[in-house]
Amino acid sequence: MVLYVLKRVLQAAGVMLFVAFISFVLFNYVGDPVNNMVGQEATIEDREALRERLGLNDPVVVQFSRFVAHALEGHFGISYRLQRPVKDLIAERLPATLELVFSSAILALALGIPLGIYTGLHRDTWLSRLILSSSLAGVSLPTFVIGILLIYVFSVSLNLLPSYGRGEVVQITGSWSTGFLTVSGWKAIILPSITLCLYQLTLILRIVRAEMMEVLLTDYIKFARARGLTDRAINFGHALKNTLVPVITVTGLQIGSLIAFSIITETVFQWPGMGFLFIQAVHFADVPIMAAYMVLVALFFVIINLIVDLLYFVVDPRLRIERTVTIG
Amino acid sequence: MALLEVDRLRIEFPTRRGVLVAVDDISFSIDQGEVLGVVGESGAGKSITGAAIIGLLEPPGQIAHGTIRLQGQQINGLPNEAMRRIRGAKIGVIFQDPLTSLNPLYTIGRQLVQTITTHTDLTTSQARDRAIDLLNEVGIPAAKRRIDSYPHEFSGGMRQRVVIALALCAKPGLIIADEPTTALDVSIQAQIISLLRRLCQEHRTAIMLITHDMGVIAETADRVAVMYAGRIAEIGPLRDVVKNPKHPYTVGLMDSIPVIEEENDELAHIKGAMPGLQEIPLGCSFNPRCPDAFDQCRRERPDLMPTGNPNQVAACWKYDGTTNND
Repeated sequence: MVLYVLKRVLQAAGVMLFVAFISFVLFNYVGDPVNNMVGQEATIEDREALRERLGLNDPVVVQFSRFVAHALEGHFGISYRLQRPVKDLIAERLPATLELVFSSAILALALGIPLGIYTGLHRDTWLSRLILSSSLAGVSLPTFVIGILLIYVFSVSLNLLPSYGRGEVVQITGSWSTGFLTVSGWKAIILPSITLCLYQLTLILRIVRAEMMEVLLTDYIKFARARGLTDRAINFGHALKNTLVPVITVTGLQIGSLIAFSIITETVFQWPGMGFLFIQAVHFADVPIMAAYMVLVALFFVIINLIVDLLYFVVDPRLRIERTVTIG
Repeated sequence: MALLEVDRLRIEFPTRRGVLVAVDDISFSIDQGEVLGVVGESGAGKSITGAAIIGLLEPPGQIAHGTIRLQGQQINGLPNEAMRRIRGAKIGVIFQDPLTSLNPLYTIGRQLVQTITTHTDLTTSQARDRAIDLLNEVGIPAAKRRIDSYPHEFSGGMRQRVVIALALCAKPGLIIADEPTTALDVSIQAQIISLLRRLCQEHRTAIMLITHDMGVIAETADRVAVMYAGRIAEIGPLRDVVKNPKHPYTVGLMDSIPVIEEENDELAHIKGAMPGLQEIPLGCSFNPRCPDAFDQCRRERPDLMPTGNPNQVAACWKYDGTTNND
C-alpha cells in the first residue's frame, strides 16, 4: 500500500515535470521575452545585458532547472500586462475559482447520484423519461448558451440574482477571500455554479444509472433478493456501493475539467477567478500567467487523480489484497 | 400435509411474437425434510419453476395460473413485502455460481449478519455469534477469524459453503438449490452435496435440488421429478425412477449415462433435441423423439398417470388404462 502510494506520487511528479517543461518552452520560445520587456529604443548591447542578467544565455538544462526551482516556490515571474508577480495574481484569483468549482461539484454529485439511482431503478416511469430527456439538454447545450439563458431569465427578466461578479467577499487569512459569508456572495454564486455543473451533473447521472442497471442484474443482487433483504438494503447498500468505482473515476476527472471549463463560465459571468485571468492573459499574450495557469491546472488534475486512486482502495477490498500480495 | 405444494403451475412469457409457455401445468409436492431432485435439460423449465416459487420470476415472466402453497398457505400472488419476508426466512436459495453469488465489497460476516438481522430479532452482536456458529457448521475452518474476510479471499468450494450458510441463516424449512455444484470441481461437488444432505437431515430441511446432473441426484434425492420442455415427464422415488423408469424420455436419459465397465464405441443418446419454446409439438412434447410414439401421442397431451407403481407417475399414454398394451 505504502509502496503503491509512493509509486503514484513519483508518477505524478513525472507528469508535473513534463507539464513544467511544456510551460517552460512556452515561456522561452513563444516570442522573445526580452522583446516584451525592453522598450523600442533599447540597443543591442542593452538587450544582451538583459539576456545575460535573465540567464537566457545559459544552457537549456540550467534554465529549465531554474524554472522548476522557481516554480516549486511558486514564482512564475511578473505579468507583462499587470506588472505584478504572477504568484500574487493567482493567489488573489484562486479562491474565486475554487469556490465556484467546489459548489458545482457538490451540486453535480448531490443531484446526479440520487437522480441516477432513481432513473436506474425505475426505468419506465414518465418521471425517469423526463429526467433523462432533460439531461440530454444538459450535455448538448454549450455552457455559454446556458449561462446567457440563465442570466436572461433570472437576472434580466426576474431580476432575482446578479448577472456578474462575486458579490461582497470577506477576507480570511491573507489573500483568501470568500463569498460564502455574505448574502450577496451566495446569490452571486448560484447562477455560475448551476451553469458549470450541468454537464457534470448529466454525466454523473447517466453513469450512475448505467452502472445501477448493470449491477442490479448481477448474481449477488439476485442472491440478496433471494435472501429476503429489503429493497432499501439492496438498492442503496449492495447495489450503490458496487457502482461507486466508476463514479469516483468520472467524478475525479470531471472536477479537473470543472476547473478547466470554468474559463467559459467565468467569462460569461465576469467571475473574478483564474479562468477569467487566463482569458485576459491570452488576449495580451501574457505568457507568465499562461504558463503558471497551465502548471496549476495540471497540478490539480494530478492531485485529484492521486486522491481517486487512493479512494479505490477504500471502496474495493479486492485491490487491497492484490497489492499486498504483489508487495509481499 | 406437504410442506410445499405446486398445483397446475403455468408460467408464461408474453413476447411480441406471442406467448411462450415456459412451464406448462406442472404439479408436485415436497414433504418436510424431503429432497426432491428436479432433473432435465437446459431450458426444460427447472430454474424458472424455482424462481416462481420464491416469487422472483424475471419480467416479463408471469404465473398464468396455478397455485404454490407453503405449509398450506398460498404464496403466489402475495404482495412484495409479504413475499420478501418468506424469502430467506422460510425458503432459502442456493445459486449455481458461488464466485458471483456474494457481494465482493462486503465481508462475509457483514452479509451473514445483515441476513440474520433482517429475519430475526437478534441484535447485531448476537447475529454475529450466530454467523460464526453457521460458518462452523458449514465447515469453514477458523470461522471466528475468517468471518471478517471478503469473498475473494475464499476458494470456490469455501464460497459455496458460505452461500449455504447464508441460505440457512433464518432456518428455512425449504431450500431451493439451483445447480449448487455445477460450477465446482468434481472433488468439491461431493463435499458440498454431502454437506447439504447432512445439514438438511439435522435441521429437517427440505430441498428442491435442481440439476441436470443425474449423479448428484442419485447421491442426494429421495424422489425425482424429470422435466421435459416445461412439463413433468415422470415423478417418483429415486430408486424406482433410476432402476425402473417408466417414461420413454427417462428411459433414454438413464440409458445415456455411460457405464465404465461396458466397452461402447458410441455413447448412447436420445436422437434429436428438446424443442424450443416456440415449437413445442402438439400432443406429448416428446413424441417426435419417442421410440414408442403412437397416434394418440401426436394428438393429445398426456397428464401424469399411474404406472402400476403407486408412488411413480408418468405423463405417457402408454400407461393410460384405456390403451394399455402391457
